[in-house]
Parts: sequence; structure tokens; C-alpha cells
Amino acid sequence: MTIEVKNLVKKFGSFAALDGVDLKVDNGELLALLGPSGSGKTTLLRIIAGLDWPDSGEVSFNGEDALAQGARERHVGFVFQHYALFRHMSVFENVAFGLRVQPRAVRKDEATIRARVKELLDLVQLDWLADRYPSQLSGGQRQRIALARALAIEPRILLLDEPFGALDAKVRKELRRWLRSLHHEINVTSIFVTHDQEEALEVANRVVVMDKGRIEQIGSPDDVYESPATAFVHGFIGESIELPVQVDGGVIRLGDRPLQLAAEGLAPGASKLFVRRHDMLVGPAGSGAFEGAVQHVRNFGPVQRAEVALSGGETIEIDAPRDKELRAGDTIGLNPRRYRIFAG
Amino acid sequence: MTMQIADTVSLSASDAKAREKARAAAARDSLRTEPPAVRIAIITLAVLFLSVFVVLPLVVVFAQAFSKGVLAYFAALAEPEAMAAIKLTLIVAAISVGLNLVFGLVAAWAIAKFEFPGKTFLITLIDLPFSVSPVISGLVFVLLFGAQGYFGSWLRDHDIQILFAVPGIALATTFVTFPFVARALIPLMQEQGTQEEEAAISLGASGLQTFFRVTLPNIKWGVLYGVLLCNARAMGEFGAVSVVSGHIRGETNTMPLLVEILYNEYQFVAAFAIASLLAMLALITLIAKTVLERHLDEGQDVNDH
Repeated sequence: MTIEVKNLVKKFGSFAALDGVDLKVDNGELLALLGPSGSGKTTLLRIIAGLDWPDSGEVSFNGEDALAQGARERHVGFVFQHYALFRHMSVFENVAFGLRVQPRAVRKDEATIRARVKELLDLVQLDWLADRYPSQLSGGQRQRIALARALAIEPRILLLDEPFGALDAKVRKELRRWLRSLHHEINVTSIFVTHDQEEALEVANRVVVMDKGRIEQIGSPDDVYESPATAFVHGFIGESIELPVQVDGGVIRLGDRPLQLAAEGLAPGASKLFVRRHDMLVGPAGSGAFEGAVQHVRNFGPVQRAEVALSGGETIEIDAPRDKELRAGDTIGLNPRRYRIFAG
Repeated sequence: MTMQIADTVSLSASDAKAREKARAAAARDSLRTEPPAVRIAIITLAVLFLSVFVVLPLVVVFAQAFSKGVLAYFAALAEPEAMAAIKLTLIVAAISVGLNLVFGLVAAWAIAKFEFPGKTFLITLIDLPFSVSPVISGLVFVLLFGAQGYFGSWLRDHDIQILFAVPGIALATTFVTFPFVARALIPLMQEQGTQEEEAAISLGASGLQTFFRVTLPNIKWGVLYGVLLCNARAMGEFGAVSVVSGHIRGETNTMPLLVEILYNEYQFVAAFAIASLLAMLALITLIAKTVLERHLDEGQDVNDH
């Protein structure tokens, strides 16, 4: 199933949750909608599911107008952030719900329903919990049951809203890997919403980065990390150093200090320079584009994280390998291995 | 003299540790709770107050009802007038609880699950019957349906009797007891949110299926709780009913009204016999309420994630 979204606009009062969103999702994809809270990602997901309606724009599944159908007819599996399991039903009945409410004409007989539920519980590896109630399950178990319930109706599309948002870090990591292999197995076109970049980059085969109701970039996890299209994406994904610089006459300046960095093709004016923390190479004083005094050093496994006060007045954090120990008070030169400059 | 001083000194020295310990324990205690004397005083006061103002009247009601023996008690209840009052009370309660169940569900649903302008006003309006004196509630219906009321002449022309008849009593009771079901359900439904309903719909359930399979089971204890309180009030309502009833003996007297009439006629056994039924209702309501509250709490536990 392919999904196509065209020029979607949705306002809540004067707040534009979606401000002209275009998106194409290919058949069998596992797509991540990544953005900070309030970026409109959940609204987009809910509109695709039919739980919300846009003010204008189009949504189509396989070229068919989806907005002409209600949530009930769309045949979309939706997994909620807080699971939304039916609290008065056993795990078994939760999963069976979608099969039991089918119109009588197409409803399967009891034996078929039981077999199908058993199969789904096996798929999420929780068949031993069939008689429990949602309140008796852990968060990770609830989420997997919610997924099994959504899959019961053999959805054309699977939508997951912050599927791991309410879980603790360890369970989250496990479930991520599990979700990716599950998607590989069932191969349903899936979209999941997350504010966690690691989750998006690790699980999805394509990432859509959103901010303020607009799409900032669509690309593979490598694309959005290695070649961010906008200042927002660079700042949001990965840990970046952001410096306000001035471009004029082929020279980049930080405050008064001209930086020895290539400035070809850059528009003159105030700009932002982005460097990944680990892309700042440390050298002796006077050797690099930047110059600074080490303020504070902490060790994180393979790297040392140093706070450096640049001579331009800004303070930045860099991640350096631990082969050369940095000490507070050192004056060092810094050279960005890679950097990007965005106007504005 | 010197002996005494020495004694004191040695005593305090040997006891210093123990006293220190006791003081520490006392400090810990005072962090946790009031001094024992205060605790005992407060508990005694509460128990005394409850005994005098709640338990004693209840006991007196039953004592009076049975003061001339069990036979007199049942004879009083078997009086046609008493039977008529009991029947009328049951009918009125059934009507008003039924209506309020539907209205309350609809109102709670609207408030908890939708956003619309004027919602806060509606919530305030639901509480109106609680804040207005029941007598005034009754008078409103007299103004509307009485002979000189807005609809009075129209009703007379069409030969419809509302005031001084069952419809009037049922209307007044319904008005007075309206908030119970809605009040019980609004916080419950607000807390539960709409996600389970959304999940049901996305799984292909129709509106009715969603209501009967998801919404209703989730709020059933709340519904029962509201119905229980609503029923207790409906059967016991005096003020509003008194205004619209007309006190026609054997016809428009509910149990509370009849209690007053009998009492004023010095028929104490009969009055308290019927009063004892109302007291019994109160006791049953209380027990049922405790049971339901336990279920409601359990429901809340399920909800935490």
C-alpha cells in the first residue's frame, strides 16, 4: 500500500499543527516521523488513520481518496502511545476485538478467530499471557499486545504513535530491534512517530524530519545525519556545535576573528556554522581555525567531552578521542573536519 | 541537701542515654502524628458527634416504628394509604432514575469526550439542581404547568394533568436528582479519555459496538454509583415534591410526604414505620455505595500506566 499526502493543512485555533505537508510513502516502507513535540507529527499520523481531519489537502492510499472514508473503513492498524488496551478485556479478547466486531457477513467463526489470535500472540511472543488483563502486564508487554491487536485486522497500513515513548530505556532498545525484525517479517507499510532521533535512525529505512508543521527533510537515516538539509535538521539530529558567524567577501568571521575556512558559494550575511562534536579535531594552540581554552573535561567511555571557551567568546562542547588527554586550562587549536554553514 | 544534689546529678548522668533515646523517639513520633491526648480527643469527638447526630436518630426511628409491636408495624405499612405512597414513590423513582440515566450519560459523554463552546457553562448548569433549594425547583414547575402558568391553559384545553399528579412529581424529582449520574460519570470519563474508543473504531467497530463493548463496560461501576445515589435522593425527596404534589391522600403522596402528614396527625407508629423503610433504603444505599466505591478504585488502578 502506498500513501500519498498532498498539501495537508490542519489548524487548532490559530496554531498551525500542519502547514502544507507533502509526503509519499512507498509500499512496504518503515518510515519514521521525527520531530520535537508540537511539530505536527502525531497530527499527521492521526489524519492518515482517520482519527483527525485536515482543514485542507489530500490523503490517498494506492491512489484512492482516503479522506472519503472514516477511520472504521480505512483498515489501518493504529498503535497508541499509551497502548489504549481495553482494560476490562483479557489480552486474548483485546486481540480478538477487531475480528469480533466485523460485520456478520464476513465475520470468521469462533475457531478461526481463536486460531488467529493464538497466531498473533505467538508472533509477539506473549501467548502465555492470553488470560491476563492489561493491568497485570508490564509496559513493554502492553505495547506488544497493542501491536498484536492492531495486526489482527490485517491492516493495509500500520501506524505507531510514539510506540516506545512510555517505556524505560532498556525495554525500548529491545523493542526497537524487535519492531524492525517484525516489520521485515510482515512487511506492512508502516509509519511511526518519535521524538527520539536514535530510535528513528536505528529502526526506519526512511526518516521524515518535521518542525513547526512543516517537513524539513526526507531521507535515509544516513542522509539526514550526514547531509542535513537545513539548520534545524543539523541542530536536531546528532550532537552539533552551533556558532553564529558572519559571511562577507569570501571570509567567514566568528565575532571579529576571521576563520580559515572555505567560503565559496556562500551568501553574504549572518549565518550559522554547524560542526558535529566529534568532528572538531584538537591540535596545538595556533594550529586551527578556532582557538580556545579548555574549561572542564569529563570522560565518556571512548571519548572525553571538553568544554572549550573560544576566543570569539562562545563556549562549545567537543568530543575528542582519549589518546591525547586534555586538561582544564590548556589552550588548544580546533579544526573542523567537516562543517556546514546555513544562511540565517 | 548535698546528698540530694549528688543524687540528681548521678541520676541524670546514668539516664542521659536513655532519655536521649526517648527524646529522639518522641521527636520521630511528633513528626508523624499529634500527641496521644489530642488524637484521643479528636477521635472521641468524631465518634460522639456521629453517634448523637447519625446513629441515634436511626435507632430512634426503628424504636418508634416498633414501639407498639411488630404487628402494629406491619399493619401500618399495609394501610392502603401507605401502600399507595410506597407504590407512587417506586414509580416516580423508576421514572426519574431512568430519565437521569439517559440524560446523565449523554451529558457526561458530551462533556468528557468533545470540545465545544459553552462547555464550562454546561458543567455549571448541571450542578444547578444541587445549588437551588428544592422548594424553588418545585415552584418552577408550578409556574410552568400550573393553572396560571405558561403552559397552564394549553394543558387544560388538552386535558393533560401534570401538576398534582404523577407527571409533575416525576418531573420535579427528575430535576432535583439530575446531577447524580452526570456527576459520577464526568470525572471518570474525562480521566479515561477517548483513546480506547479511537482504538475500537480504528479496529473496525461501529459507533454502537464501541459504546456497548468499550465505553459502557468501562463506566459501568460509575453508572451504578450514580444510579444508586440518584435513586436514594429520588425516593427521599421532600421539598420539590411537596410543592407540586397537592397532597391528595392515597394518590399524590410519596413516602416522605406521607411521613410528615401522619406525624402531624400524631400517628407515630405509622409515620415511623414508613420512615423506617426510608432509613432502610439509606442503609442499603450506604452498603452498596461502599462496595461500588471499591470497584471504582480498582478501575482506576487498571488505568495507571
